[in-house]
Amino acid sequence: MRAPVDPTPSEPEGAPRGDFLVGFSATFRLEIAEALRSRWFAVYAAVFFGLIGVLLVFGLTESRVLGFTGLSRTLVTYIQLTMAILPIFILISTVRSLAGDREAGVFEYVLGLPVGIGAWYSGRFVGRFVLAASPVVAALIAAVVYGVVRGVKVPWLELGFDIGLVMVMILAFVGLGFLISALSRSVDTAQTIAFILWIGLVLALDLVLLGALIRGRLAIEGVVAIAMLNPLQVFRTGSMLLFDPQLVLLGPTAFTVFDVFGRVGFMVWSFVYPATLGLLTAGLGFLVFRRGDLP
Amino acid sequence: MIRLDGLAKSFGGVRVLDGIDLEVPVGERIALIGSNGAGKTTLFRCLLGEYTHDGTVEIAGRAPRKHRTEVLRLVGFVPQVAPRLEMPVGALMRYVADVAGAEVEAMAAVADRLGLDVSAIARRPFVRLSGGMKQKLLIALALGRPTRLLILDEPTANLDPAARAVFFDLLVERAAGSTMIVSSHRIDEIAGLVNRVIELERGRIVLDDTVSDAGALGSSFAVSIETARREPSFARAALDWGLVESEADRWTGAIAGPDRLRFLGFVARHAGLVRSVAMTETTRAGETVG
Repeated sequence: MRAPVDPTPSEPEGAPRGDFLVGFSATFRLEIAEALRSRWFAVYAAVFFGLIGVLLVFGLTESRVLGFTGLSRTLVTYIQLTMAILPIFILISTVRSLAGDREAGVFEYVLGLPVGIGAWYSGRFVGRFVLAASPVVAALIAAVVYGVVRGVKVPWLELGFDIGLVMVMILAFVGLGFLISALSRSVDTAQTIAFILWIGLVLALDLVLLGALIRGRLAIEGVVAIAMLNPLQVFRTGSMLLFDPQLVLLGPTAFTVFDVFGRVGFMVWSFVYPATLGLLTAGLGFLVFRRGDLP
Repeated sequence: MIRLDGLAKSFGGVRVLDGIDLEVPVGERIALIGSNGAGKTTLFRCLLGEYTHDGTVEIAGRAPRKHRTEVLRLVGFVPQVAPRLEMPVGALMRYVADVAGAEVEAMAAVADRLGLDVSAIARRPFVRLSGGMKQKLLIALALGRPTRLLILDEPTANLDPAARAVFFDLLVERAAGSTMIVSSHRIDEIAGLVNRVIELERGRIVLDDTVSDAGALGSSFAVSIETARREPSFARAALDWGLVESEADRWTGAIAGPDRLRFLGFVARHAGLVRSVAMTETTRAGETVG
């Protein structure tokens, strides 16, 4: 059988319209197809479905903790646990994927194909975002379906708000992961930077900052600024806002939050800031990546 | 087709390409040879627009770094080391076809000619294939789409003789309009494929010569070997070369012209066993040349 290949294409023309979309959608599909077969994604999805399952098993309606009951309580617990697991999971899996591909010769081959760097980069970015977000949101939806079936009251407003917050936090950390990957030439370096970043963000959470404040090591304005620029803290505070409108759980810090932003202002900030951070870092990563040697 | 003007590339303080000037007309087939670290792979990556560099690189009048998709649509590339792609074979083929505007069926047909049934491995991750299967698939992805420049980095390293013969046939079919650069550590591996040899040493061109050679691309040789006794290791290797034992201790068959030096290497390794050897250049129809 002879291959029906015409080996002589025409002279090169300008980039055809739709080139970007073709490259973007092909790369996006490939990112999804590859992840669906990978172990990290299976573990990642299992963690979040397991988490929500455990929370449902251990009392959907029966108990009351800090004033929260039923599905609200499950959501609050889930969101707080998500904050502990999600960022490090996203950072490590993203930098391992990208920096690992560079080390494995994948960049040399794939970027030797006629796909634009922008289309390829954004296809991978969006693919990674969808992969990171889908198990978290799907587990939440599963909890809601379970709650509805059990006849439990669903806090729709809080649920929608928290899903949005989870999405922008994921966006922030996928963006940071892409920037770290663009700056690193090896998996080891990328993982180390990702881990140090995560540790730094955890150290800049309210409880640690409060300790620094009490010891008089930092001015209150500095503490608040650090907290409000920490995507983990923004998520943590934002996710409490609807369930706990006075932020009683945060203690005196709540006064500062309300003084600086106001309630609505902080709700807007908790969406806009992580989303901007994610897009800016991803964009910066793209500029770094495009300017240097690709493989 | 290719124009390099003062191409230079450094990593840290090390100058890997050191002011390369080169013109490659359409249709030329170049062997790029040189030892490890001579700069072959770096040169390829500059041609593919993957490395920043000093000097000028143009393919079909355009800079690959600046006009990636337009230029790379003309280029088929087979890397020296197969990438560790986790994706299934089917997804990889679909991806290459999508971004290159090609047909999966055409790539599958080339793979089929190389002895690789892609339908049987479509769901298998690329990284799990054997070295030979990876090489065949990468060749199929490069040759199964319309390109005008082939960049082949040690393309036959993992191929068996039968697949190599088909690979040479595939190159013959596109020889007229295509330009080709093949790299190798050893000139005997690729001498029959090319009409020009360029040797790199420490990032500089130290040899640029044309090749006019019998046994070039498209030719084949009828071979006959008589051995002093039957040796299992020789028999296995002979079968790999597609030879048959036509009578006791006499092996006959045909080999691709570009493979003749490699074949003579095989004979040399069994010199103590070989009583006689004959090679006659033939046409594809089997008629003796000259």
